[in-house]
Amino acid sequence: MNLRRRKKDLTFWERIYIPEIIKGLALTLRTMFKPKFTVEYPEVKFIPPASYRGRPVLVMEENGKERCVACGLCARVCPPLAIEVQAAETQDEKERYPVKFEINMIRCIFCGFCEEVCPEEAIVMSKDYELSFSSREEALYGKDKLLTPIKQVQDRIDFLRHYK
Amino acid sequence: MTILQLIAFTAVKILVIFTMMMLTVSYLVYFERKISAWAQNRLGPNRVGWFGLLQPFADVFKLALKEDIVPTNANKTIHTLAPMIALFVAFTTYAVIPFGPDVTMFGITVPLVVADVNIGILYVLALSSLGVYAITLAGWSSGSKYSLLGGIRSSAQMISYEISMGFSVGGVLLFAGSLRPVAIVQAQQGWMWNAVLQPIGFITFLVSAFAETNRLPFDLPEAEPELVGGFHTEYSSMKFAGFFLAEYANMIIASALIVTLYLGGWQFPYIESFGLPAGLVAIIQVLTFLVKIAFLLFFFIWVRWSIPRFRYDQLMNLGWKVMFPLSLINIIWVACLIMIFNL
Repeated sequence: MNLRRRKKDLTFWERIYIPEIIKGLALTLRTMFKPKFTVEYPEVKFIPPASYRGRPVLVMEENGKERCVACGLCARVCPPLAIEVQAAETQDEKERYPVKFEINMIRCIFCGFCEEVCPEEAIVMSKDYELSFSSREEALYGKDKLLTPIKQVQDRIDFLRHYK
Repeated sequence: MTILQLIAFTAVKILVIFTMMMLTVSYLVYFERKISAWAQNRLGPNRVGWFGLLQPFADVFKLALKEDIVPTNANKTIHTLAPMIALFVAFTTYAVIPFGPDVTMFGITVPLVVADVNIGILYVLALSSLGVYAITLAGWSSGSKYSLLGGIRSSAQMISYEISMGFSVGGVLLFAGSLRPVAIVQAQQGWMWNAVLQPIGFITFLVSAFAETNRLPFDLPEAEPELVGGFHTEYSSMKFAGFFLAEYANMIIASALIVTLYLGGWQFPYIESFGLPAGLVAIIQVLTFLVKIAFLLFFFIWVRWSIPRFRYDQLMNLGWKVMFPLSLINIIWVACLIMIFNL
């Protein structure tokens, strides 16, 4: 194993430092010509992998209706109490739907508990990370802003099925 | 040459050197940021202007628009004086460094150096150690413990490095037999560069120059992680810019000094044998000088991103127990060379 080397264990050339310094300089010089990691943000956008927890969204089925059955588990589990759900009855097969589904995005901490607890895969974390508001009212995301076509979040759903 | 011509030529030379220094300093900051970015796989400033080339001006505007804060505990006179000393020292040192050979313009022979004084090297050593006063006074007058620690460190560092610096210059002086920078450059004909003849002296001087300019790995007076900002913790606005400017101007002077003393100054080896016209030779030689300085400046920045900062006791050990004996050995080595080869 690589035991801790003390000053007395160094060879003569290591002890006069200069060859070691030259090695270090060569390393930094090589690094200068390597490809850069910088993503020039406003022009080039970072596309996160499926494991990324962005803004939580409600899944919208192909028929234009939400999957959510308004069970309220997400609101119950939400640590900062950011979610508010009001249920109502519907003639559809699922019998219940949320009249009001509101996430306060100032409160949301992107923990993903809502998504984990959801029995219907109706609320998932999206890849959207560009969130900014100029007032508190704007930060209340209602159903109009939360509903997202299922195609856009399909890879997150696949990810959850695989890893959850 | 009449007195009037002398004054006119000197004024032009001062003006050219001053503008060159200011421009180089501002772009040195830009390149420092660029190279540090490259060394860390980043891109560096590229927003202001083409490839970020206007970044230095944006920086200056930002600094000029900042509020100038003087702490309540500070000694206001000295607090204001310190950056001025730093700047004054940084810019006046350049006066004795030759940046080209004698050129003939309009029938008059002009030496390409502001002041060709016969004690040039002493002048440089004296002024550069005066620069410590700026840092120590800045640290003391700020009325802050971090600044004071930075100032004290600076003076201790300077004492331990100035000696090995002086002794390594001694080797150069033995060869040239003169304190005139012009004569020192002329003594390094062809490949008789002092860096080749006395490598130990070159290395000790190089390391001392790093310590003298407070650059990493010897930036103990600033030492951001431990002393906040060291001597310039309590400075803001243009006073801070003054220290910033002085640091980079000192880098240029240190590079110019290393080139003059060890790397053959403005000389391009064996250029006389190519048979070029005198004017072209002069231009090539001035360019050679600039290229050498540019490489050393790059080296300064390059080292900054390769070697970590020394601990305080390590710095003292290196200065007194390693550099000082090495520079003495160098003097003996040079004396032996002169004795054996009658150089």
